[in-house]
This record gives sequence, structure tokens and C-alpha cells, in this order.
Amino acid sequence: MSTSQIEFHRVSFRYSDDQPWVLDDVSFTINKDEWVAIIGHNGSGKSTMAKLMNGLLMPDKGDIIVDGIKVTQKSIWEVRQKVGMVFQNPDNQFVGTTVRDDVAFGLENRGIKREQMLRRIEESLKAVRMSDYLLHEPHRLSGGQKQRVAIAGVLAIAPDVMILDEATSMLDPKGRKEILHTINEVKQLNKLNLITITHDLNEIIATDRVIVMNRGQVWLETTPRELFSDEQKLLEIGLDVPFVAKLANQLKDLAIEIKPQPLNQKELLDALWTLYFNK
Amino acid sequence: MSSKIIIGQYVPSNSVIHRLDPRVKLVTVFLFVIFVFFANNTLSYGWLSVFAITSALLTKINLKYIIRGLTPIWFLVIFTFLLHLFVTHEGQILFQIFGLPIYSGALIQGGAISLRFFLLILMTSLMTLTTTPIEITDAIELLLHPLKKIKFPVHELALMMSISLRFIPTLMQETEKISKAQASRGVDFKTGPLKERIQAVVPLLIPLFVGAFKRAEELAMAMEARGYQGGEGRTKLRELSIRRLDWSAMLVFLVVIIGLFLFRQ
Ligand SMILES: Nc1ncnc2c1ncn2[C@@H]1O[C@H](COP(=O)(O)OP(=O)(O)OP(=O)(O)O)[C@@H](O)[C@H]1O
Ligand SMILES: [Mg+2]
Repeated sequence: MSTSQIEFHRVSFRYSDDQPWVLDDVSFTINKDEWVAIIGHNGSGKSTMAKLMNGLLMPDKGDIIVDGIKVTQKSIWEVRQKVGMVFQNPDNQFVGTTVRDDVAFGLENRGIKREQMLRRIEESLKAVRMSDYLLHEPHRLSGGQKQRVAIAGVLAIAPDVMILDEATSMLDPKGRKEILHTINEVKQLNKLNLITITHDLNEIIATDRVIVMNRGQVWLETTPRELFSDEQKLLEIGLDVPFVAKLANQLKDLAIEIKPQPLNQKELLDALWTLYFNK
Repeated sequence: MSSKIIIGQYVPSNSVIHRLDPRVKLVTVFLFVIFVFFANNTLSYGWLSVFAITSALLTKINLKYIIRGLTPIWFLVIFTFLLHLFVTHEGQILFQIFGLPIYSGALIQGGAISLRFFLLILMTSLMTLTTTPIEITDAIELLLHPLKKIKFPVHELALMMSISLRFIPTLMQETEKISKAQASRGVDFKTGPLKERIQAVVPLLIPLFVGAFKRAEELAMAMEARGYQGGEGRTKLRELSIRRLDWSAMLVFLVVIIGLFLFRQ
């Protein structure tokens, strides 16, 4: 068994021959059990990358390998067994007339037996804390709840990789928090590769690695900690660092050295206390 | 939903009729619609009415609610009755209204036809009142299953129906949102000449259509990502099963039909 889960080898893609390349010679590797964030400006090709990962699109040049399998027309069903995806719009990915039917959809497609289906539905709804809504129709759910159901739908098919393509961007702050919480919990309970695509840098704090896309190319591969310490670089491609990082950076400008770069309020507070006691 | 029309609106409950297999209900109502036309005297009409009203009572839905829900249909029933009353010229003249003679045959025929009409509507709405749309879809899929042999797209049809059911409330919400947005810009749908009102609806329909197409595209993408590849090799979560209750209901209905043929002339 190799350690890599998803490999892009010099992948290029465009939507049609008369359009510019959307992805231009992209290579990277995502390892097993890694949580990777993909960020970048609008139109930088993030969603296209995600769709290439589970065969919704096919590369024009280069190869994509998922868990040792090359993504081709022939292997897409095998690949989709391994890669689940949550999309941006909570409404347009809800297929069933009730929560239960919706989670069942992916299982039905795979010809899973009914008893097993019922068990998996129960488990995955429990994982996203939506068990109480089993028979609710989608129009009686909030956006955040719908996205949790979508996550349950992916969990139910027990994939190796879950891609979240701006899964929180259409939610209000409360719904956003809800989803982030759910994702963190899910990540702790399952051995699962997570790939988070986002504009909100708050969402990358907990990730292991960040891939920054710029105009169809990998612009930077780094860790969140390093990324936040270079505010200038982020501004270059039009992204804003979270409040904690900003505060730390401004303190740094005042010659108050905060190390390591804090990712959340607790880390910042700890660093400040350390500084205070060492004075 | 503010509409008082109840045709097609499910009322949750746990009555005998609710628990019947939707296939049994569908077939029964279908046959009832045909057999109503065999009734031709007081006894046979009475017999079918007893069956229909007993069914209505068994649903445990408030009768007043059912009757009130049929309001728009009452109008048609009465209209049919009046039409027959003035047009039919059979039997002897009973009396005159506004100089128009009313025949005894007209009274009987008008009564019979509007009763028939009422029974049809009552039975079909009992069906939709006690069966969720998705159950009806499942029933249709299973009943049409034999047609698969002649390449009829049964699974696709059922999926289409269930997705429409899933998206009706979503599109209604969207319509409301758009119409409010348009109203806030001074568009008036509710008053004025018809032509202007129709013109006002166009800017409502266009974003709705555009939105629906975008939805459809995203939905198709999401379905594919979740491994959908047609009906072949698919299992189903929702199952229907014929139980003892269903057999009894079918037996009762058989008795009703036999009774009908004994009572009619
Ligand atoms: N279905 C499509 N047909 C043609 N061009 C497309 C299609 N989808 C995306 N594009 C184009 O491809 C480019 C990359 O789009 P993509 O959706 O991958 O960007 P993104 O990084 O996900 O952006 P965003 O942050 O807005 O979601 C854009 O220039 C876009 O216009
Ligand atoms: Mg995108």
C-alpha cells in the first residue's frame, strides 16, 4: 500500500477547445489521513480540481491517481466509491424527499441491501447529529442542517476521501459553525482524508496542509501556520487572514514577538501569557 | 400554504385507510372510477355511496374538513345538476321556474349524474388525503414494473416524479422570494388590467426558469457524484408489502362490486 491517496501528475484541463486552460500543468500529492485545504481566488480552478478527483470531469493532459487507480471512464465508479463530495448549494444536492431517503440515495445506487442500508443511515445521521430529523422534508431544514445531511450521505458510503467544495459558503455564521464542528467531529471519528475547498481562512486553521491555487496553477504548498505569518503574500492573491493571525502579526510589527504563529485564540492567549511571565 | 383546496394534500394519521398499501388504494380507486358508471338505480347508487362514505369515515379525517376541501368541486356538482335540470326533457312536467318547465326525468338524471361526479371526486381525494405523494410514486413504479419488458422507462419516470415532489416546495419558496423582490421594486401582480398583470409575471418567470435550470444541472452533478448510474442494479430503501389488512380490503371491495351488479337493473 502506498501512502498517497490522491496524485495529480502534470494535469491540464479546459472546458472546451476554444477556451483558456482552467488548470495548467498541476501536480501535487495528498497523503492518506491528511487533511488538506485548497484555497485561491474565484475562478482559480478549485472546483474543477475537485470534480477531476472523482471523475465528474476528465483531464485533457496528465494523470490523476486515486488510491492507486488511474481515473478513467472505466474506473469512475470505483473512484466514486472512494471519493465523496459535498457541494456548495445545500438545496441542489438534496435528492430525497426526506432526510432518510436522501442519505439512502448513495446506498441505493450501490445496490446495498435494505437492512444494511437502515443501519448505515442510522450511524451516519448520528455522526452528524441529525438522527432526530429522520423523516423531515428538506424544506423544513435549515441550510446548515441540509449540509449536515449531505455530509451524512457521503459518510454512509464509507469513502476514503471527502471533498467539501465551499460547503459552508452559503450558510449564515451559525450554520457555518455547525458544519465546522461536524467536520471536526467526523474527522476524529473516522479514518478519512478531508479536502476542504474554501474562501474562508478560518476553515483552514485545523488542516495539516494548504494548497494555494492561483490562475490554474499551484502557487504555494504550505502549512496554515506558515501561511498566516505571511499576511502580505495572502493579500497579493486577495485573501484575508483571520483575526487572531492578524493581531499576532500586528504585535510582531510592534516588536512583540509571538511564537509560534498562533492558529486560534487559545494559542494566542497562551503565547501572550508566556510572554508576560518571561518579561 | 394558505390554499383551502385539499385535493392532493396529505393529512397524516394512523387510520386503517392510511395504513393500506398505496398500490391497493390506487387500484381500488381506479376500479371504483370505472364501476361508478355501472350504477343505474337508487339501490346501486346507494350501495356505492355507503361504501364511499364508510371509507371516508374510516380515514378518521374530520368529515367537515373533507367536505369543505371539496368546495370548488361543489360548484361543478351543482352546475352539472342545474344543466341537466333545464336541458333534459323526459318524464312529466313537475313545475315551472321562471317559465321554464322542469321534468321529473331531469330531476332524476341531474341527481344521478351529480352524485356520480361527487363519488368520483370523493374517492380520489380520499386517496390523496391518506397517501403521501412519494407512496403514490412508489406504487406507480411497482404497478408499472411489468412495462419494463417493453422498454418503458419505469424507474426514470418514478425518479422524475419523486424529484419533482422534492423540488415543488423549494420552487414555491423561490417564487415567493422573487415575487417579493419584484414587488419591492414596484411590480404589481395583483391589480390592474389582465394584460399588465401578465406582463408583470414575465420578470417573475424568467429568473425562476433560469434558477430551475441551474438547479437541475447541479442536481445532476450531485447525483452522479453519489454514484447514480440508472435503475440497473439499484436497491430501494422504501419497500411496499401487501399484508393481511390489504387482503381484507381487497375482499371487501370485491363484495362491493358483486353487490353493485346484483343491485343494478
Ligand atoms: N461548466 C463550465 N463551463 C465552462 N467554463 C467553466 C465551467 N465551470 C467553470 N468554468 C470556468 O473555469 C474557471 C475555473 O472555475 P472553477 O469553478 O474551477 O473555479 P473556483 O476556483 O472553484 O472558483 P470559485 O471560488 O468561484 O468557486 C473559471 O474561469 C470558470 O469560468
Ligand atoms: Mg468553486
